[in-house]
Amino acid sequence: MTIVQFLFYVMSFITLASALFVAASKSLVRSIFMFFITLFALAGLYVLALADFVAITQIVIYVGGILVLILFAFMLSGKDTLNAMQQQKNQFISLNKVAALLLAGLFFIVLINMIVKLDANNLPWIKKSVQLGNTFSPTDLTTDNIGVNLMTKYLLPFEALSVLLMMVLIGAAHLSRKEQRQ
Amino acid sequence: MIPLTDFLLVSAGLFCIGLFMIVSKRNAIQILIGIELMLNAAILNLVAFGKYDRFNNGGQVFALFAIVLAAATTAVALAIILNVYRKYKTIDPDKVDKLRD
Repeated sequence: MTIVQFLFYVMSFITLASALFVAASKSLVRSIFMFFITLFALAGLYVLALADFVAITQIVIYVGGILVLILFAFMLSGKDTLNAMQQQKNQFISLNKVAALLLAGLFFIVLINMIVKLDANNLPWIKKSVQLGNTFSPTDLTTDNIGVNLMTKYLLPFEALSVLLMMVLIGAAHLSRKEQRQ
Repeated sequence: MIPLTDFLLVSAGLFCIGLFMIVSKRNAIQILIGIELMLNAAILNLVAFGKYDRFNNGGQVFALFAIVLAAATTAVALAIILNVYRKYKTIDPDKVDKLRD
């Protein structure tokens, strides 16, 4: 087992364990802070998949942006949330949770079955790209190629996304503004 | 080299945890975190397959787009959650059952 594989298994264990903690935790604050760890470990997995630019973007946007937003929303609606959570604590296993567990478990079995049958490493297009040398190697510089592709091949989705971001910015500011009574 | 199947297994686990959170939680913020987990599972798949597309960078570019879209979704969803809290004084989606007026 090489050190890369070892790191991969450590990272994936941290990811899954902290995600399980996020799902199982009764306290909202703890689950938000464990979500930090999930996101960091996911960024590590992206690095191991040789996508360092995506990993940095993940850290900047998810950890820096989304989590801070979630924390603020929690703080602005805090007290009642905590009370509601404590009421939930009394009934440990409710019917609701069993149904959810069943749904998630069965879906997981379906996904595992599909992944095992798919045998992703032997897909035709992946074999072809390995033959043609179209795969990343760990010493490659990837960021400049992403930049060139973003400005040429993927220019239309990029611009559509920028328009969408503008709309979201205005929409979110409008939604969270205080309404004046006439 | 890490086999592709391992990435797929990790992302399947993440997806199912997110699904569990969405169905079982009674708090809009936790449901939002579940949605983020599912999105991250999808992004992990995109990145893992993007390793085999060096010249076009399809997987990685669309992973970037998905991350930005997730940020946009979260901003709007949190604004809506704040509005709901202001109006109903709760963020349990089961208790928000009235239309305006």
